[in-house]
Amino acid sequence: MVAKRIIPCLDVKDGQVVKGINFEGLREVGDAVRMGAQYARDGADELVYLDISASKEGRRTFAALVERIAREIDIPFTVGGGIGSVEDAARLLDAGADKVSVNSAALANPALIEQLAGKYGSQFVVVAIDAKCVEGQWICTTHGGSRFTDRELYSWAAEAQERGAGEILFTSMDHDGTKAGYACEVYARLCGMLSIPVIASGGAGSVQDIVDVLTAGRADAALAASIFHYGEIPIPVLKQALRAANVNVR
Amino acid sequence: MIALIDYDAGNIRSVGNALARLGAEYELTADPARIAAADKVILPGVGNAAKAMESLQERGLCEVIRNLRVPALGICVGLQLLCRSSEEGPTEGLGIFDTRVRRFLFGMAGDNSCSAKNIADATQELSPAKNTKTITKASQEPFTANNSKANWSAGVEAKVPHMGWNSIGNLESKLFKEIPGGSFVYFVHSYYPELCPDTIATCRHGETLFSAALRWENFYGTQFHPEKSGSVGAAILKNFLAL
Repeated sequence: MVAKRIIPCLDVKDGQVVKGINFEGLREVGDAVRMGAQYARDGADELVYLDISASKEGRRTFAALVERIAREIDIPFTVGGGIGSVEDAARLLDAGADKVSVNSAALANPALIEQLAGKYGSQFVVVAIDAKCVEGQWICTTHGGSRFTDRELYSWAAEAQERGAGEILFTSMDHDGTKAGYACEVYARLCGMLSIPVIASGGAGSVQDIVDVLTAGRADAALAASIFHYGEIPIPVLKQALRAANVNVR
Repeated sequence: MIALIDYDAGNIRSVGNALARLGAEYELTADPARIAAADKVILPGVGNAAKAMESLQERGLCEVIRNLRVPALGICVGLQLLCRSSEEGPTEGLGIFDTRVRRFLFGMAGDNSCSAKNIADATQELSPAKNTKTITKASQEPFTANNSKANWSAGVEAKVPHMGWNSIGNLESKLFKEIPGGSFVYFVHSYYPELCPDTIATCRHGETLFSAALRWENFYGTQFHPEKSGSVGAAILKNFLAL
């Protein structure tokens, strides 16, 4: 049986991993390659690096960083943030990324998913979706949850799969940053309707939250950031707890 | 010299990075003369098997690969091209490993492609010259490293692509020297090589037990990605380099 995956997510600006805390702005937490290598040694199954640079200069720095990550890290990693075209994705895949994640650009131009899957194969294409619940409906958002789109989560996820996405990374913007647990019922529903893997993101605060989303939530992978970056839950401890809860992990 | 065949079919850089981490020198090449002169040859590959096969043919590399007498390793689609045929396309392969590559079926409740009968049927097609091994391996109890952990999920979910870390068992080769059965390696694929007498490692996805690795004489193949499989993958690559 394929193991459930634990995925630390690293937001990167100018080569450094940063994490926004309580809207106080971004705080550096460490070197992106060194942190990734440490997570890999600790038993992380995969890494996600998100480029949050806004500038062109930052983009170039990120591509160079992806080359360094690929040289030094021996587990798969996904890169995302600002990928708007096949050319953007090609640059990062050529630099050694294993998968690319597309979000706003896919919402604006859904054909991008087909183009990427057609050129590289579905396994390279992660479609990330940020959604908020409004009067019982999960609405897809962009710009960190600040802008609503006219897309509804479940139909967009189904369409993304239909167009060739290899995985769905769904972040509940209602849960993100709360550390109060993942949106388990939403993942269970997504997993019930999709045939591709679903990565859960947003809300991890405890070991039990991760157990819950991988069992009742049926998610294939759990992604988290701050609980790993600040050492709140060391990955070996988490893996041990998952094994104890009969979750199949590496 | 290690020749890493550069035929425009994906993860060349990842494999090169993994070799570099092991301190091994390699040459990226599509030159038949350089490949024929190498001490070791690696055929990587991700993406579409039919396209990859065309790419090998366009570069005139099929014969030189077939004629190799040094240790050669196919990875993922590279392995699939060394098989008889693939349902992806469909396409013929180089026919080194005497098995077919088939597509995983999502859900797979009714898929019995790994039943003893099907394996026996498949094995009857083998040429007598190559059918030297018995098929006991395939008819043994399925590998069950994780079955004891039957958990919250009643059904066996088998998503396609088979993506992520899975455990390998029935390890039978120097390629797996000091690698314990049940070790996890990283897979990304929608098509799988069937069990056959060349199988040297098995893996289970849903109901399907398939060849995680194959060997015939000097040819080796891994369906998983050793270059992305952490320390276990590095050890497997090291074993290959030591052959």
